[in-house]
Amino acid sequence: MQVQNTLELPVAQKNWLDRVRYYLPTLLVAVAVLLLWEGLVRVLNIQQFLLPRPSAIFAELMAELRLVGAGESLLFEAAGATLWEAVGGFVLGSTAGLLVALVTARWTIVNEALMPFAIAANSVPIIAFAPIMNNWFGLTNPASKMAIVSIIVFFPVMINTVRGLTMVEPTQLELMQSYAARPFKILFGLRIPNALPYIFSALRVASSLSVIGAVVGEFFGGPRATLGVFITQEAAGFNFARAWAAIIMAALIGISFYLLVLFAERRLMPWHNSMRETA
Amino acid sequence: MAVETPRRVVISARNLNKTFNPSNSDVVIALQNVNLDIVQGEFISLIGPSGCGKSTLLRLIADLTQPSHGDLTVNGKNPHQARLDRDYGMVFQAATLYDWRSVLKNVQLPLEIMGYPASERDRRAREMLELVELGKFAHHYPWQLSGGMQQRVSIARALAFEPSILLMDEPFGALDEFTRERMNMELLRIWEQTGITVIFVTHSIPEAVFLSSRVVVMSPRPGRITQVVDNDVPYPRVFETRETPRFFEKVTEVRELLRDAHLIDEATI
Repeated sequence: MQVQNTLELPVAQKNWLDRVRYYLPTLLVAVAVLLLWEGLVRVLNIQQFLLPRPSAIFAELMAELRLVGAGESLLFEAAGATLWEAVGGFVLGSTAGLLVALVTARWTIVNEALMPFAIAANSVPIIAFAPIMNNWFGLTNPASKMAIVSIIVFFPVMINTVRGLTMVEPTQLELMQSYAARPFKILFGLRIPNALPYIFSALRVASSLSVIGAVVGEFFGGPRATLGVFITQEAAGFNFARAWAAIIMAALIGISFYLLVLFAERRLMPWHNSMRETA
Repeated sequence: MAVETPRRVVISARNLNKTFNPSNSDVVIALQNVNLDIVQGEFISLIGPSGCGKSTLLRLIADLTQPSHGDLTVNGKNPHQARLDRDYGMVFQAATLYDWRSVLKNVQLPLEIMGYPASERDRRAREMLELVELGKFAHHYPWQLSGGMQQRVSIARALAFEPSILLMDEPFGALDEFTRERMNMELLRIWEQTGITVIFVTHSIPEAVFLSSRVVVMSPRPGRITQVVDNDVPYPRVFETRETPRFFEKVTEVRELLRDAHLIDEATI
């Protein structure tokens, strides 16, 4: 969950030199941490099952990368399968969240009846349902992971969308009234654009949650070629560098997914607050 | 000499009353027995301390709230019909521009709702932006403009569909004194150019006297009209108008009326 706080991209920089200057401290910290890690493991002679060296993890990643061409890399196959589960669940869950929000925001009574449940459900550890979903859809069926991911994603997207659709400034609504605008126009001309920042902030959270949901869902069982199973299997076989390599893959998937959503947000909402410094 | 044609009554209020929370203990009489006729082409200011019902009166005309009893007609129709017919343009205290629309698209909003064809929308919106001297900023976004410029966009938007009435609810209240005086001049120029009827809510005495042909002085608890002051300071009013003795006298007259209303109010509490 820390991901979305630390990975806020800065406002579009003026040129590449500014860009380098901006990212340099972050890069230096990353390099320093890796060096420190490598050094400590070597100097203190830490056992590899406690903490493998970054270089060992990196070597595992490179070895797997060389197998990709031949289609023999279990790690990359697993990453692909987990990504598919996460993206599938994300799309299903957020689409459902958006649609339910549109309907509930339209009918106040439905909204008032459903929102308390949605907010309660949102604070429940939904991942606890993963074994149930595995039973429902089958342990090796990607649908079981997509199901748990879509339930996890559904609630924040729905709640935030309802908020965005309903929390419209009263004078902005009165402006529409003064033009005798139809409800349809008020929805598409005012409520939905007003909701976009809320929706995107939910989608950003959802993008991280979906990878977490898929991997943790796999911990409860799944096909061999999924990151969650890969991690548990390799850890059980004391191949900790390989387990760590899979963790790195999961992290990369989560970060890329998050950045993709962020990129979409910037493209679709050039007017948004976080971009105003460019004026 | 030309024969003066009698001008059309645009807004007519008869024994207009508005009560909030009528069945409640915290009942508020926002307006009591308001009678007012406004004719075409007038510039009317509604002025008074907060709670005098000046904004309520404007919102009744706009059909954004409904009277408790009494009669109100806008262009000879009930206010609801007038709103459906898009008889008025409204300018709020905040510019209420939509962040996701460029300046040009903001001005086009009412035209879009009213189903004007795209080419006509574009032509009119650009014409209105020229009128408020913001032609160069058509493709800017609202947050790239100053407060005064944003309010000019909102005036352009209110005028874009050529309504016969312009309703303004403390439109310059949030602006600094210099910007406000400049905006006043600009508004007068637009009024003279278009011949539109303006109803303007303000709590600034000089602003009311500078702009309007008649000043409606109101007082609170219950909200009512104290007096309507004819303002014969000659048009066109220019920067120097504010320094003339006639302007000064009118400001004093309105100020004294407001003070009397206030004293009566204090005495009854």
